[in-house]
Amino acid sequence: MSYLIIGNSAAGIGAVEGIREVDTEGEITLISDEPYHSYSRPLISYYLAGKVEEEGMKYRPDDFYEQHQVKTKLGKKVVSVNEAEQQVTLESGEQLEYQQLLLATGGTPFIPPIKEADKKNIYTFIKLDEAKEIASKVEELQLERAVILGAGLIGLKAAEALRQLGVEVTVIELANQVLSAILDEEAAALVQQHLEEQGIEFIFEDTIEEFLGIAEVEGVKLKSGKELRSQLAIIAVGVRPNVELATGTEIEIEQGIVVNQKQQTNIEGIYAAGDVCQGPNPLQNENTVVPIWPNAYNQGLIAGKNMAGESAEYQQNFPRNSIGFFGLSMITAGLIKPEDDSYELLISKCEESKCYQKIVLKDNQIVGFIRLNDVDRAGILTGLLKEGADISKVKSELLSDSFGYISFDEEWRQAKISE
Amino acid sequence: MKRIYAKEEYCLGCKLCEVYCVTSHSASKDIIKAHKLESITPRLIIESSDNLSFALQCRHCDEADCTRACITGAMQKDEETGVVNYDEERCVGCWTCIMACSFGVIRREQAGKKVIAKCDLCIEEEAPACVTNCPNDALVLAERAEEEGVQ
Repeated sequence: MSYLIIGNSAAGIGAVEGIREVDTEGEITLISDEPYHSYSRPLISYYLAGKVEEEGMKYRPDDFYEQHQVKTKLGKKVVSVNEAEQQVTLESGEQLEYQQLLLATGGTPFIPPIKEADKKNIYTFIKLDEAKEIASKVEELQLERAVILGAGLIGLKAAEALRQLGVEVTVIELANQVLSAILDEEAAALVQQHLEEQGIEFIFEDTIEEFLGIAEVEGVKLKSGKELRSQLAIIAVGVRPNVELATGTEIEIEQGIVVNQKQQTNIEGIYAAGDVCQGPNPLQNENTVVPIWPNAYNQGLIAGKNMAGESAEYQQNFPRNSIGFFGLSMITAGLIKPEDDSYELLISKCEESKCYQKIVLKDNQIVGFIRLNDVDRAGILTGLLKEGADISKVKSELLSDSFGYISFDEEWRQAKISE
Repeated sequence: MKRIYAKEEYCLGCKLCEVYCVTSHSASKDIIKAHKLESITPRLIIESSDNLSFALQCRHCDEADCTRACITGAMQKDEETGVVNYDEERCVGCWTCIMACSFGVIRREQAGKKVIAKCDLCIEEEAPACVTNCPNDALVLAERAEEEGVQ
């Protein structure tokens, strides 16, 4: 069997490991347009802040490809897929054939229409090269002020890193809160307050209309008319599936490349995993793009096993995030802002210590939760959510400090821990 | 592989497992110094109420959600020993494994570097310190029940 993997991040590496669990002999070729050994994308903000070195960002050991007998083509870009002929074409014109193909091409930052966006020192922030460029600009410009468009995970991690380098940072966000994808308004207010205490400024319900300056960015003009001085800008309003290679083929695309629980596309022998794919979401009974690291790795692993002939399904394509800013940690999962009153909400809050807990229940099952500044043992909730467990017997204890395996009856507990 | 199993009916709630876990993971390996001079996070969790108690450690899962969720690759399952372990140098304290572990047995290191702390089965020792020092055999190191059946 010959396998071709396009993408060298979590999903691509997961696929290599999945294939090798089943097939130790087939030929694996892995192509990436980035010239690097596999590295951890989420660490780019740590790199920018100077907390990790490039060497420390490697996701797998130096000899990973050798150990797994993978032929790599790094720094090479695939420009087209011919699904009928089962081959891909590289930018160089080289053509490669495959029997099983994985598209793990990740996401592309969405750039909203902004006037004069062709100036220098305007960046997105998802790849190591961008972090490197921004890091060198911070030094070169003796950077004093930066603006960030978007108060999501990427925007705020960039804001934290720049602030830690001593830069004055203003975050501009179209919504009325930070982290609207993973927090409700109450939790967001506490996080915002914490970030403001660290010197980050926010402007909500506004956006950048135009970049100011001549060749290099010198400031921004907002939709509200307000103008801000800034020598560097980062656009972080969201990432879209990088479906480019599937466009124009028979591969089904909606928001992302549509896959089933086996990570198969509608074309036999072609799989997709990670931020590029749109798979069955067990919480919403529909296909959604859930671009988080654990999904990417797991989807790659499942795809790899299936490509190698085993039958495996992924049933955890739902949102979950663990992130922190200036020491304030949070873990959130699933549905955190239910849209109607068929959901039950359990909430506890302590504003002084910035602690906030929320559990969203539907028919006595956990469908979402927020744990802010108290993340210990949050995985127990993730487990209950994943399982669709009936929590009616422990409902009164879910928010308690002592909530744990002891809260359940012996039979339930033993079934788990005696495994 | 052998794992630690808690027999809650024998647990006295004395917390000696925690005391010896801390000692075993200290630099001094001395029970007094470990508690007085070092700041060691226990690698296990004791759950207790009025009439029930037990200790919980990493289950060293075969299909470990923590290793698959880890953003840096620091958390890995050792193919030979079966132990789920982490590289302290590569852990950045993002707590994604805490989000992923449905047993809730991965802790945050309470002092020093921002990293996790979890059971390593005292793999360098003959047997885990919590098991050896439990006065009432409420913790046992054993092959998994179903694996025993196969043998």
